[in-house]
Amino acid sequence: MQDVVLAMLAKEPAYGYELRARIRGALGPLGEAMNAGQIYVTLARLAKAGLVTSQHAEGLPDRPDRRVYALTPAGQQRVAAWLTEVSWPKPDLAEFHLKLVAAAAGRLADPVALVDAQRRELLRRLRDAQRAALERSVDPVAGLLLEGVVLRLRADLEWLEACERMWTERDRTRRKATP
Amino acid sequence: MGPSGCGKSTLLHLLGGLQRPTHGEVWLAEHRIDTMSERALARLRRHHVGFVFQSFHLMDELTAVENVELAALLAGQSPRRARQRAMTLLDRVGLADRAKHLPSALSGGQRQRVAIARALSNEPLVVLADEPTGNLDSAATLEVLRLFEELRTGGQTLVVVTHDARIAAVADRIISMRDGAFVDDSRLAGTTVGTGTVYGGWR
Repeated sequence: MQDVVLAMLAKEPAYGYELRARIRGALGPLGEAMNAGQIYVTLARLAKAGLVTSQHAEGLPDRPDRRVYALTPAGQQRVAAWLTEVSWPKPDLAEFHLKLVAAAAGRLADPVALVDAQRRELLRRLRDAQRAALERSVDPVAGLLLEGVVLRLRADLEWLEACERMWTERDRTRRKATP
Repeated sequence: MGPSGCGKSTLLHLLGGLQRPTHGEVWLAEHRIDTMSERALARLRRHHVGFVFQSFHLMDELTAVENVELAALLAGQSPRRARQRAMTLLDRVGLADRAKHLPSALSGGQRQRVAIARALSNEPLVVLADEPTGNLDSAATLEVLRLFEELRTGGQTLVVVTHDARIAAVADRIISMRDGAFVDDSRLAGTTVGTGTVYGGWR
């Protein structure tokens, strides 16, 4: 969040409420879940770290959303560093994978049933995201984010199919082995 | 929904009266169709079923509007009425301004929308679509999905075969197939809560 707020300030100084509106707009329907106060907490932290400065605008009440924020030189450096940084959020598949392994090993639950439950949940999320993406009112740039969410969920569902194949197969072999 | 080779297309062909089952019964809108004569089946397909295919199956020599009106002309409608209806349908799929274009002058998504307009020309009870977005890129897939969503909202029944979870996710009901059998059946209509049942117990 800190890096995002800094980068959004790189073009020009802005009011707190403007920054918030810009971020929300770029997130599209997903921005609706954004916490209103979060950006001001972030701005306060950035100010404390010397990465932004803020000025009270004349004639306006002195509130965080009515202050004009600007990058300091240190803030600009941090934005430049962030842009060149290569990072990517890792989906945590290991936990679910180990759940299946443990369930099968200890005969705690049918791994295939666990996969089914997970698949229904992912389908439900995919449905919500795809429905949102189908709305003609979605801004095309914000729509890209929804498309990313959709494609990632689809990849997860393909992985669940592979899981189902494997655990179904194992189940059959085990049953044959223990008549 | 299901991986290739699981029997999805066969099921769709059975539903559309294109193939006959070796055993079991096929019912469409309270009519048993697996015992119908070839002639009755052809009539059923002509009047009550719309087909959409992965590779569009449009006639390359005919314009968009000619492709859409062809079925109505063959069914004996007057050229004027057939043309009128075809134009209405092209308008419905958002392609009224492309009516005189040949398929080769249309994008993949547009060609599929022409094919969907054609499938609707007999006001079918059900539209059967076999991997309708299989040959389309992401943006064109969205176009077709939007159109399906509009048709669904308008009360049109669609049965779509796909291996793409994106397509399946917007359906009211998802049946998953594996090795020729149903393995899961989720109804997602209305609420976002899915209820699934496992068929057959072969697991």
